[in-house]
Amino acid sequence: MAQTQEIEHQEQAHTEDLSFIRRYIFSTDHKVIGRQFLFSSLFFFSFGGLIAMLIRTQLAWPWKEIPVIGRTLYSSTGNILSPEGYPALVTMHGTIMIFFFVIPILSGAFGNFLIPLMIGAQDMAFPRLNMLSYWFMVPAFFIMLAGFFVEGGTAAAGWTSYAPLSALPTMIPGSGIGQTLWIVSLVFVGAASIMGAINYITTIVMLRAKGMTLFRMPMTIWALFITAILVLLATPVLTSVLLLLFFDRTIGTTFFLASAGGNPLIWQHLFWFYSHPAVYIMILPAMGMASDIISCFARKPLFGYRPMVYSIIAIAVLGFIVWGHHMFQSGMNPILGISFMTSTMMVALPSAIKTFNWLATLWRGQIHLTAPMLNALAFVSTFVIGGLSGIFAAATPVDTYIHDTFWIVGHIHYVLFGGSLFGIFAGIQFWYPKMFGRMMSDFWGKVHFSLTFITFNLVFFPMFLLGMYGMPRRIADPSNYNFLAPVQGINQFMTICAYILGLVQLILIANFFVSLVRGKRAVDNPWQANTLEWTTSSPPPKENFHTAPVVYRGPYDYSSPEAKEDWLSQTREPAAAPGD
Amino acid sequence: MGGVIPGASTFAGPIDSLFMIVLVITGAAFILVEGVLLYFLIRYRRRDGGKAEFTSGNRRIELTWTIIPGIMLIGLALYQYNTWLFTKVYLPDASEALTVGVISHQFEWQATYPGQDGKLDTQDDVTAPFNVLHFPVNKPVIIRLSSEDVIHSFFVPALRVKQDALPGRNVWLWFEGTQSGSFELACAELCGLGHYRMRGQVTLEPQADFDAWLADIAARGQ
Repeated sequence: MAQTQEIEHQEQAHTEDLSFIRRYIFSTDHKVIGRQFLFSSLFFFSFGGLIAMLIRTQLAWPWKEIPVIGRTLYSSTGNILSPEGYPALVTMHGTIMIFFFVIPILSGAFGNFLIPLMIGAQDMAFPRLNMLSYWFMVPAFFIMLAGFFVEGGTAAAGWTSYAPLSALPTMIPGSGIGQTLWIVSLVFVGAASIMGAINYITTIVMLRAKGMTLFRMPMTIWALFITAILVLLATPVLTSVLLLLFFDRTIGTTFFLASAGGNPLIWQHLFWFYSHPAVYIMILPAMGMASDIISCFARKPLFGYRPMVYSIIAIAVLGFIVWGHHMFQSGMNPILGISFMTSTMMVALPSAIKTFNWLATLWRGQIHLTAPMLNALAFVSTFVIGGLSGIFAAATPVDTYIHDTFWIVGHIHYVLFGGSLFGIFAGIQFWYPKMFGRMMSDFWGKVHFSLTFITFNLVFFPMFLLGMYGMPRRIADPSNYNFLAPVQGINQFMTICAYILGLVQLILIANFFVSLVRGKRAVDNPWQANTLEWTTSSPPPKENFHTAPVVYRGPYDYSSPEAKEDWLSQTREPAAAPGD
Repeated sequence: MGGVIPGASTFAGPIDSLFMIVLVITGAAFILVEGVLLYFLIRYRRRDGGKAEFTSGNRRIELTWTIIPGIMLIGLALYQYNTWLFTKVYLPDASEALTVGVISHQFEWQATYPGQDGKLDTQDDVTAPFNVLHFPVNKPVIIRLSSEDVIHSFFVPALRVKQDALPGRNVWLWFEGTQSGSFELACAELCGLGHYRMRGQVTLEPQADFDAWLADIAARGQ
């Protein structure tokens, strides 16, 4: 008797042991995979942020020894940054933030976690492919980080890696093995993205709950759906061009080498054919999340739901015919600049429509200024600056001056930090209770928000002024130019603000981790929101819903006269109409 | 831009005024959007017992804020065409201009001037020292830009000129200086570890001074 018990006990322990790995590491559960993407993205967010601090330090006090840190990081070059180190830092900051943070957190973390829950599915259509998608990211992480330890250091040709700088190993120290590792790593990232995209598209098309028509889907799902289509169409182009570069570097092809009949502009065309849509891959999901959060905390239906959907589709379509605006000064035929300028001006229109609809959603609302709402509103207000500053760059003659200056750096950071990152902050704090079953502190969320919003603007708004002064991007030492002497003080001011901005993020990290153990237990629907993920428990069970949800209405019936409360879940049956 | 980096070429007028026009339009849009946002946040803050208005859109309003910004954006694009054609697409008549070859490589610029015959790529070409570029003022200058290694970008903020230099290909650009003086030339495309110090000095001077300088360089070269 005792013996059988012992055996049973051992077997039980064995299955539990197995299930721990199956449940938390090699899991096929979209919620676990979403959290895996979340944690690895947040790690790379911190890493990319620390690199930004080193960049800012160099720009403010070029070639000065940083106390303690200089001795640790730059010991091989006399405790100061080396001239080749600066392009390496710039390259890694951009690469990590784009490919290891913004894209994976939006599509990987939020896409994974939210798609099945918000459409009422038990899991993704292809759970194993989903797991494989994450496990294609893991080698990418290590291969990219390995670049820091190889001879010549990590890739240093910019996140755009223009050929032939990136094709000829002799041109810059990082263009040795580091550049090759960069290519291989991004091929893995691309494969992971494509697997994810196939899965998201299939899931959204096939696995929607009964009654969840396409035009009852929340904006977050629409945005993730269109984003997945963009990923599916654009990423193979990036992967192809990366492989061409790989061949140029390793087996002697000359796709980008003019000396043997190749053409360096081909790299730019193909790279931007992916990387311009990638800008929308990095912003559309944040737009979707901000739409849902703003509607929820204004307690009011999203204004212009269908125009919002159509404008996302318009952005995605137009996004494929604007890549040439990165190349106005590249030496491509300047006549093409005219068509690319016109299409670029057009792509600003759907963004404007979205902004007006967000504002109209607030009109006559009952606005609750919670931490997620404040971040979503910051998304709107800074995205406006990002968008408007892009119009200067779209205007080709003005672009002649501001192209490749800090104007562009300011523009991209207003879109990706001001836009995407505030959207991500909003999303994390909004869905945290559903992900982890506990609430984050709203008070510390607001402290984090206020300080981030202020210092963000103090760091990035002056970049437009630097752009007007003509300060080129990616130069390690602005003091080398007399015409930049007047802006050195501004550079130092921005750096000090950047340090504060960096430190403030510790509040978010602390809030995140402390709340995991000490946060208030979350109820199923803490925000009194309408969408399906709030109808199940927090966190949801393995199969997501205890009973399969049936959808009767759109996601935005806030303050409907049909209900006593100011919200109306998508699963609520409509009151029987007279005559039924 | 004119306020911070005074212009010194015929491009400065049109480019700076386009910048101002875009600044005024986007500035107005910025103030409008942020103002309305702030107003709504204060005006429609949560009140106890109240319920938000149950409205989900309005076709007429949607059409209004689609068509008006649409027309403005297209108009803004059309408005740029002439300046773009003037600055980048059409080159001046070569017989009235000075044509100079500029070759870039890591991390230097080098200008080559035509000699007595007025043609580049002939025996009497005059090659200037690295990073020293002289041009006559009030005369169109056509530059034949190329690179010997990677992509560089020829950026003279005061002249409102920027053009990437490509290996294996000549790219043509032009400008006409309006102010004598010395201006910095910066590389604006990441080109390697010395990108930040790929700096040239552009001098614009009256034709007579330019001729004397060129003769001096030619004499020293022989």
